Amino acid sequence: MIRLALTSAVLIAWASASSDAAEIKIGYLRQAEHRPALSLIQTPAENDGVAGARLAVNDDNTTGKFLDQQFSLEDIRLAAGGDPAAATLALADRGIMLVVADLPPDALLKAADAGKARGLLFFNVGAIDDRLREADCRANLIHTAPTRTMLADALAQYLVWKQWRKWLLVVGSHADDKLYGDALRRAAKRFGARIVQEKVFEDTGGARRTDSGVAQIQRQLPPFTQGAPAYDVLIAADESEVFASYLPYRTWEARPVAGSAGLVPTSWDASFDQWGAVQMQDRFIKLFSRRMTARDMQAWTAVRMIGEGAARTRSGEPNALLDFLKGSEFALAAFKGQRLTLRDWNLQLRQPILLSDGRMIVSVSPQEGFLHQFSELDTLGIDRPESKCSLR
Amino acid sequence: MTTTRRRGARLATLVGAGLLVLLGTPAVAFTAYVSNEKSNTVTVIDTDKFAVVKTIKVGQRPRGIELTKDGKFVLVAVGDDDTIQMIDTGTDEIVATLPSGPDPELFTQDPTGRLLYVANENDNTVTIIDIERRVPIGEVQVGVEPEGMGLSPDGKILVNTSETTNMAHFIDTETRRIVANVLVDARPRFAQFKHDGSELWVSSEIGGTVSVIDPVKHEVTRKIGFDIPGLRKEAIQAVGISITADGKTGFVALGPANRIAVINGMTHEVQKYLLVGQRVWHMAFTPDEKYLLTTNGVSNDVSVIDVAALKVTKTIQVGELPWGIAISRR
Repeated sequence: MIRLALTSAVLIAWASASSDAAEIKIGYLRQAEHRPALSLIQTPAENDGVAGARLAVNDDNTTGKFLDQQFSLEDIRLAAGGDPAAATLALADRGIMLVVADLPPDALLKAADAGKARGLLFFNVGAIDDRLREADCRANLIHTAPTRTMLADALAQYLVWKQWRKWLLVVGSHADDKLYGDALRRAAKRFGARIVQEKVFEDTGGARRTDSGVAQIQRQLPPFTQGAPAYDVLIAADESEVFASYLPYRTWEARPVAGSAGLVPTSWDASFDQWGAVQMQDRFIKLFSRRMTARDMQAWTAVRMIGEGAARTRSGEPNALLDFLKGSEFALAAFKGQRLTLRDWNLQLRQPILLSDGRMIVSVSPQEGFLHQFSELDTLGIDRPESKCSLR
Repeated sequence: MTTTRRRGARLATLVGAGLLVLLGTPAVAFTAYVSNEKSNTVTVIDTDKFAVVKTIKVGQRPRGIELTKDGKFVLVAVGDDDTIQMIDTGTDEIVATLPSGPDPELFTQDPTGRLLYVANENDNTVTIIDIERRVPIGEVQVGVEPEGMGLSPDGKILVNTSETTNMAHFIDTETRRIVANVLVDARPRFAQFKHDGSELWVSSEIGGTVSVIDPVKHEVTRKIGFDIPGLRKEAIQAVGISITADGKTGFVALGPANRIAVINGMTHEVQKYLLVGQRVWHMAFTPDEKYLLTTNGVSNDVSVIDVAALKVTKTIQVGELPWGIAISRR
């Protein structure tokens, strides 16, 4: 408190930001592989994620010129089979102590553990796995990406509010699909929805893109959902992009689809325009000539947290930043209509979750009426009393 | 039709005023102009009867609204049209536009009423406009998403707040250079000097606080927080600020908390919370400071606060998403 009052005092140093500015270097660690999508318009851009980080570096530097701080970003792409630990140590050798990481869970843990001895602080902007915030949590790993349970809870709260309580759940056959299925089952139980039937959609391989595939899809999908018990909404768990986007308008009964297609819970959407978000969308489009994705937003948020911490503590030192970010003085404005803060027990960023139909935002969770003794945002995801995380 | 109705209203006002004069309580009718962000209109309210007398169609997304110093025009920033429209207060017609730069939101005038300082959210700049000649005459680079604009009573210091940089930038209006930057809490929205220039108050929407700043030392001397039983911290967001001319009482709009905080201007303690409409945003005093009118975005209305009694006395339905308000002497 006292320290904050002091740092918010005289900042007259408006000498042109120059050579004597403190340099705060940020690394961006990601995989080179391309992520598949069923819909062409959802195929990620080559700079998906890192573009958000670049915009935030610009924003941080606009602030930094008033504080004599200069931020820079180095983008590192790990080739298939590349060693995240070695890449991390190479970053540390170049004096980069802050790493924004868009990596799968195991690679992320390798990087974070390799960086621990060197005092590096990581921001997970890609992996939504709950285990990274639970049994596998790390004291040097902050998460701006929401978790599967946060996403599932956000969707469930809305569907329950809508009184669509009977769900037909279809889960893909890959490991991540099953994890999302688990999160959706948990959400149904927490918020009073009922899964009337569960089906598995086997991935039998084959191309996502064929010139005449649509005829087959139209023949196959309706019978797949035929004969299900009465349900209000079909929920698809398909993170692997195998089938969910084929479901809307092809179910046997006329029912809405949610989850991995239809009504999708997400941290950001290009159509989102509330709470000043248009300014953010405009800035992003101007810079990159494309629309902003959830991954871009998660990366923007991480780099803005670094900028915010650096401005308040007048430091780019990982420990000082981490202390500030998990403390009670930290509040990030990220166009979500309320302050975003960190869960200090597992370093997960609290955040409202948008529900998008792909063209518009249908609603924003938490929904009204889902109460919590500390923060309504903690009605989304695994809460403190259930947490298995012990930070070390 | 509207003109006739308004003439009727004016006549009624005159009769009413005459009666009151006879009764020994002089009352003056003022006119309030409310920008409705979603309706693309400005609602005109007679503050004698607290009734809507007219609705004026304006450009896309009207937000910041002020009267020129001579009272002849209402200036309204229509952000999505990238301009500021001038409404003639005699005819209630849009008669001109000002070259505000992209996406204008809030603006302020110099004491002579000659210059207009406009925050351009998309451009990280403050644009300076000659109102009479209607030409831009300069700009100042500030932080990310400039928003709040406050001018010191002597006109020498312009303060701009930037929402993503979280600073109040002090700009020397003579040299048009930034002379100081003060960090405040997250997403600063509004800057208001006391009339004697002794303090600057800056509200932080996401931070949920008001920073009281010493304009000479450029230091935060006090941070006013708000604690409302039954409301989570996230729901308390500080936006509009009005301070009485004697500096003794400040009013802060608390957004989705649906309340106005009444603050002792000397001790900076919160005295009271007044329940108003939903998502209260900005406010304005009647020129006699008897009433304070607030815009309530979600409930689409304006609350009228009796300043002496510190009570909400009336609610007036306006357009959709009322945002800003300005009140003329006429």
